[in-house]
Amino acid sequence: MQFGIFSVGDVTTDPTTGRTPTEHERIQAMVAIALKAEEVGLDVFATGEHHNPPFVPSSPTTMLGYIAARTERLILSTSTTLITTNDPVKIAEDFAMLQHLAEGRVDVMMGRGNTGPVYPWFGQDIRQGIPLAIENYALLHQLWREENVDWQGRFRTPLQSFTSTPRPLDDTPPFVWHGSIRSPEIAEQAAYYGDGFFANNIFWPKEHFQKLIDLYRERFAHYGHGTPEQAVVGLGGQVFMRKNSQDAVREFRPYFDNAPVYGHGPSLEEFTEQTPLTVGSPQEVIEKTLAFRETFGDYQRQLFLMDHAGLPLKTVLEQLDLLGEEVVPVLRKEFAKGRPAEVPDGPTHAARVAAQQAEKTEEVAK
Amino acid sequence: MSTLKLAVVAAGLSVPSSTRLLADRLAEATARDLRDAGRQVEVTVVELRELAREIADNLVTGFPPPALREAVRAVEEADALIAVTPIFSASYSGLFKSFVDVLDRDALTGKPVLIAATGGTARHSLALEHAMRPLFAYLRAVVAPTAVFAASEDWGATGADGSLAGRIARAAGELAELLAGRPAAAKVVEQVVPFEQQLAALRRS
Repeated sequence: MQFGIFSVGDVTTDPTTGRTPTEHERIQAMVAIALKAEEVGLDVFATGEHHNPPFVPSSPTTMLGYIAARTERLILSTSTTLITTNDPVKIAEDFAMLQHLAEGRVDVMMGRGNTGPVYPWFGQDIRQGIPLAIENYALLHQLWREENVDWQGRFRTPLQSFTSTPRPLDDTPPFVWHGSIRSPEIAEQAAYYGDGFFANNIFWPKEHFQKLIDLYRERFAHYGHGTPEQAVVGLGGQVFMRKNSQDAVREFRPYFDNAPVYGHGPSLEEFTEQTPLTVGSPQEVIEKTLAFRETFGDYQRQLFLMDHAGLPLKTVLEQLDLLGEEVVPVLRKEFAKGRPAEVPDGPTHAARVAAQQAEKTEEVAK
Repeated sequence: MSTLKLAVVAAGLSVPSSTRLLADRLAEATARDLRDAGRQVEVTVVELRELAREIADNLVTGFPPPALREAVRAVEEADALIAVTPIFSASYSGLFKSFVDVLDRDALTGKPVLIAATGGTARHSLALEHAMRPLFAYLRAVVAPTAVFAASEDWGATGADGSLAGRIARAAGELAELLAGRPAAAKVVEQVVPFEQQLAALRRS
C-alpha cells in the first residue's frame, strides 16, 4: 500500500490574512511540499495539470523532473495529465524522459480535465472528451510498447514509421492510472488495459465512487487481468488535523467556508458527514481512512489533498509532519492486517520490471 | 400491472401555499382518473421550500445532500411528473429552476409531465407557455397539452366550463391519458459500452 499527497496547484488567497501568494511562491511551495513528503516517509507526490489562472502547474514533467533530482525514493505522479488536450506523442516522450531522469520513480494518471475552455485553447472539441481520451490513450499505449509505429486516427495527424524517444526505461512503460469523477467509460478503459483506476474521493459522497470502482473491478476481471480483488485502485482523501479535534475544526473552518470548490455552501459539519473530508485529530483521520477499505475493498494507493484553499505553506508542512508521523505508520500497519496475499502492492517500476522479466522467462520456457 | 409512481413538485414559498394547493388538486384528479382506469397509483410530493438550502448546496458542491437526493430520486423514478411553480418576474421561480438544474439532464426524457403555475392575476398565465413549456420541451419531456394556471381570483370562481376545476380535470385527464397503457417505469440499469466497441466506433468514422 502506498501513501502520498496530490496537489491541485491552486493559487488561493488565505482567507484569514487576505494574503495571496505569488505564482513563484506557490511553485516553490509545491516543491517544498513534495520534498517534505519524502522526508516524512510518504511514497508518492502527484501534481495536477492546469492551463488557466489561478493554477500554476501547466508543465508537470518540468516540475517533477526538478523534484526527482532532489529526492531519492518518492514516486512522482500526476493528478491528472490531460489525455484529451495534450498530444499523446508528447506525453509518451515527456514521461519516458522523466522515467529515465528519475530512475523509474514515475507513474502517471490520465484525466480529461474539468475546464471547458482548455479544449478549444488546445484545438479540441469538448463534446469529443471521451473519444479523445480513448483514442489518444490507445496511441500512447502503443507508442510505449512498439518501436515503429504506423498509426492513423480521428484526432491527430497520422504517423508513419514513428519511434517515440527515449524508449521507456527498461522497456517498461510508466504505470498508468485513469482518474474519473463520473464516467463509467473511463472505468471500462482502465479495466480493458489492466491499468489502475483512481477515484478522487473528495468533494462527493463515497457511494458515487463506489459504483465506479465496483464496475472497474468487475470489468478488470472480465478482461482477464486477475480477480476483481486484484484490480489496482487508488483513492483520494482530504484531511485537516490538529492534536485536538476542536483545534482542527476551529483553524480549518475559515478555509473551508471560503474554499473555491465547496465554500459558501454546506457547513463544515454537513460536508464532513456527507463526504470523505475529515477535520479532526490524527486518530479520527485514521479511523475514517481505514473505513475506505470497507467501501472500496483492499486498495493500492491513498493520496491526500493537503495544500489548497489558501492554507499557508507552514501549516501544510505541519500537516505533513502529522500525516507522516502519526497517521501513515498506523495506516500501513492496519491496512496490512487481513489483507489477502493475492492483493497486489502499489505499483513500482522495480516490481513491474521484475514481472515483465518473469513473463519473458516463462515465454522462453514454453 | 404494477403501481404507477406520480411525483409532484411544488415550488410555493408560503406555508400554506396556493401552489401546493393547486399541486394537490392536480395530483388527486390524476390519481382518480388512473384508479378509475384500473391502475394503482403512488403519489410523492416534493416541497421545494423544505429543500431550499440543500438545493443551494448542490449548486455549489455538485452533489445532493440526503433529503434532496431522495427528492431527486422520486422525480427520476416517477412514471409521471406534476410540476407547479409560482410565477415570478414573468417566469418560473428561481427555486423551481434551481431544482430542475440539479436533475440529471436525462432525468425527464420521455416522461409525461403536467405543468401548472400560480400567480396574483391571470395576466401572468402565459408564462406557462413561454417559459415552463419550452423548459420541459428542452428536457425532452412529454408535456400535456393543457397547462393549468391558477390566479388568486380563480379560487373563488364558480364552476363554469372554463373554471379552474374544469382546467384541472382536463389537464389531469390528459396526463392520465399519456400514462395509459404504459408499463410502470423499469429501474434504470447503468450499462457500460464494452471497450472494443468504443474503440471500433472511433475507427469506423
